Amino acid sequence: MTGIQGDWPLYEVFVRGKRGLNHVHVGSLHAADDEMAVRHARDVYTRRNEGVSIWVVRSDAITASSPDEKDPLFAPSGDKVYRHPTFYDIPDDVPHM
Amino acid sequence: MTVAPEADEELQAAFDATIARHDRIEPRDWMPEAYRKTVIRQVAQHAHSEIIGMQPEGSWITRAPSLRRKAILLAKVQDEAGHGLYLYSACETLGISRLELTEMLISGRQKYSSIFNYPALSYADVGTIGWLVDGAAICNQVPLCRTSYGPYGRSMIRICKEESFHQRQGYELLATMMRGTDEQRAMVQESVDRFWWPALMMFGPPDDDSPNTAQSMAWGIKRNTNDDLRQRMVDMTVPQAEALGVTLPDPDLRWNEERQSYDFGSPDWDEFKDVIKGNGPCNAQRIAHRRRAHEDGAWVREAATAFAERGIA
Repeated sequence: MTGIQGDWPLYEVFVRGKRGLNHVHVGSLHAADDEMAVRHARDVYTRRNEGVSIWVVRSDAITASSPDEKDPLFAPSGDKVYRHPTFYDIPDDVPHM
Repeated sequence: MTVAPEADEELQAAFDATIARHDRIEPRDWMPEAYRKTVIRQVAQHAHSEIIGMQPEGSWITRAPSLRRKAILLAKVQDEAGHGLYLYSACETLGISRLELTEMLISGRQKYSSIFNYPALSYADVGTIGWLVDGAAICNQVPLCRTSYGPYGRSMIRICKEESFHQRQGYELLATMMRGTDEQRAMVQESVDRFWWPALMMFGPPDDDSPNTAQSMAWGIKRNTNDDLRQRMVDMTVPQAEALGVTLPDPDLRWNEERQSYDFGSPDWDEFKDVIKGNGPCNAQRIAHRRRAHEDGAWVREAATAFAERGIA
């Protein structure tokens, strides 16, 4: 996925919408360096107060899991229903549980 | 790595199942090459339209009649740039680079919406473009928020939120002019007369002459046919035109009680094809302007690159 020579590096942009929330991925952009990426992210992704904080990271620095849903990576959690509260039978008259 | 035929079939089946569930395809999923090409073509054309779309109205920024109108127009044109960037970003997730996309636009190998080949001749056009052109864009874009390609849908959600301001500022501008002098009202009517048909052409050719529609709908890239969306636009716009006090230039426009919809005339499809072929009033000018902006910006890009390289060293 490398661009033609001359494209600036691609950065992924994450914005915190307001205090108390996680940064969320909003898209990507090109910039010559990290500082420019933050400035461009402000102009492109927060024109209407959508954020109080921005993270940018070069796309080529991200390591991702395989996109295939059947990937064995997620299989271990598939058969562990006892990790969910609904697995347990509690009598209806027991309060606050 | 070569993929065995049976593995290929399995991948195709997984893709088909995702589409059938109305689920989203994400960038690193396997997808048929034709799907990838179709999404690239549609998203690129959409991105280019946003970028070229800055030009007709942009020419009025310095001539806006008040600071309020100037600030609004500036914000609107800046939004169009932003929309272009969201869409280029979505398109690049399909493995095409920004530079390739820019070069395909300025060399004319990829298209943009034919509407932007019409000039904005009077200040009323700023209002009409907001009302009718952005109105048509909204009709087109709202269903695209559910398009099957994830990054495209997410871009459309952001864009739709912002387009609403575009349409309302245009309508408010026209309403203000309609409360003005006879001359101002005439300007609005003349502008609506020029833009009505090109705005309806924005939905593309009629369904029986739209070869890509069936496949795009089967893939969930498009959610409605061109004619469906055109009808929706007409039905939404007629009451708005009445409230504004302008006439839409179509003698065949009338309410159809049976269909609970408006009947309307057919746009001049010969003109549409001619504009797409490059013979519209402003085709050459739009591309020349975009090319010049790109070339004039070369030294800025080079300087920033040099500065960044020095920072790393």
